[in-house]
Amino acid sequence: MIIIGEKISVIAKKVREAMDARDPKPIQDLAMEQWKAGAHFIDVNIGPAEDKGEDLMKWMVEIIQEKVQAPLCLDTTNASALEAGLKVHNNEWGKALINSTSNDPERFGMLELAAKYESEIIALTVGKGGLPADSEERCGIAAEIMGRAMEFGVPLENIYLDPLILQVCTTQDQAMHSMKAIQDFQDLNDPPMKTVVGLSNISNGVPRNMRSLIDKTYLVLLMYAGLTAAIANPLDKDLVDVMKTTDLFLNKSLYADSYLDM
Amino acid sequence: MSFVVPKESFGGKVLAVDFGKEGSKLTIGGETTLPFLAFEGEVPNRPVVAYEIQDCAPEDWPETVQSIYKDVSGDPVSWAKYCQETLGAKAIALRLVSTHPDRGDRSAEAAAQTIKDVLAAINIPLIILGSNHIEKDATVLVAAAEAASGYNCIIGKAQEGNYKTIVAAALAHNHKLIAMSELDINLAKQLNILITQMGFDKEKLITDPMCSALGYGLEYTYSVMERIRLAGLAQNDPTMQPPIVGDVGMYVWKVKETVASGNDVPEWGELEERSISWETVTATSMMLSGSNLLIMRHPRAVENVEKTIDELM
Repeated sequence: MIIIGEKISVIAKKVREAMDARDPKPIQDLAMEQWKAGAHFIDVNIGPAEDKGEDLMKWMVEIIQEKVQAPLCLDTTNASALEAGLKVHNNEWGKALINSTSNDPERFGMLELAAKYESEIIALTVGKGGLPADSEERCGIAAEIMGRAMEFGVPLENIYLDPLILQVCTTQDQAMHSMKAIQDFQDLNDPPMKTVVGLSNISNGVPRNMRSLIDKTYLVLLMYAGLTAAIANPLDKDLVDVMKTTDLFLNKSLYADSYLDM
Repeated sequence: MSFVVPKESFGGKVLAVDFGKEGSKLTIGGETTLPFLAFEGEVPNRPVVAYEIQDCAPEDWPETVQSIYKDVSGDPVSWAKYCQETLGAKAIALRLVSTHPDRGDRSAEAAAQTIKDVLAAINIPLIILGSNHIEKDATVLVAAAEAASGYNCIIGKAQEGNYKTIVAAALAHNHKLIAMSELDINLAKQLNILITQMGFDKEKLITDPMCSALGYGLEYTYSVMERIRLAGLAQNDPTMQPPIVGDVGMYVWKVKETVASGNDVPEWGELEERSISWETVTATSMMLSGSNLLIMRHPRAVENVEKTIDELM
């Protein structure tokens, strides 16, 4: 199971302040903590970053990879900021991951960047219109994105399809549809397409003390459906333990009494 | 349509471990695929066969193999030199049998002296094995590690009941270490985890999943070794990536097929040929299932195995 550590986000006050002040330490610490906890990618969410986004993303990539030997997931809607990050990304430990393209024409340019910098890319199966109703609709959008990716020269193995997880408290039936989409996406290509979710979306809007339980339970179901990666909090030890235990049941890792330590 | 050989590619890699002093070092492991499948991945190092010797006369070895060493086996130094000079051994495994409470109960200090003497007499790498007595090994192997300081030996075997002191000694004197568990892949993984949690580098470990002889549970050992390899390669499990040792000789040279004479069991054929074949087949199977290091006794069985390696590499 690939974990994309979600903690470095403009939404977090501490991170936003460090970004504004160009203070590397809080960001580097957060990256290091997540990496040590087992994150494979570190998500770098700078938001829309309309003002000097290029400078900010370049700085973020450089200061994080100065400390942490991991690839980064570059998370912004600002294409030129994204490109500034890709230019300086060190691929020694893995390709960068772009977050994200979709079926919205405004996001097509992200595929061009993925081709140009040979990076991986998350493809959200949503278009410009409303949200997809079920797995079939998500697969239809996925197929369009995959066709476009091939035109741009992005190999399909560089794409992670994201069914878009919606909050269970308002759109309960969508949980099942997204799970089905994780299964169905894999059939769209041989070798199977890779998949990803933003896990904590499922528990948006529910009382705070229930979020972790809901995230963990849904994660198990998604892993059983064949999920490749999750944007999640690697510092949530319970969540990581659930992930490791599920990997055992799926025969993806070998049991030993101390398996949780590994 | 032409036939295309299907190829597996793995994310993991067997760790390469070297042993012996600078200039006479041997390296085992390092492959990125299952044993000998060089068309599929890298197989940089050939398996190493070490000759087993003991610190006392091998009175319990069957005649076929005991007689080979009858002129030298009274003294471990002459025995070691004979293996190196006459048999062309690439490595020697010295088993400290006489330290066992039931086999003479020699002291750790006496064992340490034997090791120093043997090391002074040979220039090939040495593997130092205890008597497989949990408590005694904990003191003997600590003294052995100190006596061999600077020689980059392999010492063993660390087991669940005694690993802490042995690991600390291997760490302090910079040796490689055999971790042994009893024919159970989950226990093998657990022991490797416990050892690395003590700060011992996994790049210095060798796994002994416990050997067995043809006809006496060989298929269990084969299967455990194979699953260890697959966990290391396919699941990229770092705790299952150390090289594997097959301690073949001691399991083979006690079963009835290596002891019963041709007169007693005529349908089994002549004893010498049969017993050598028994060790050859057991060792070859261990090698095919993943062993990178084999500990053997009969020179003709060693020769057979080396020839197989030549053909497969």
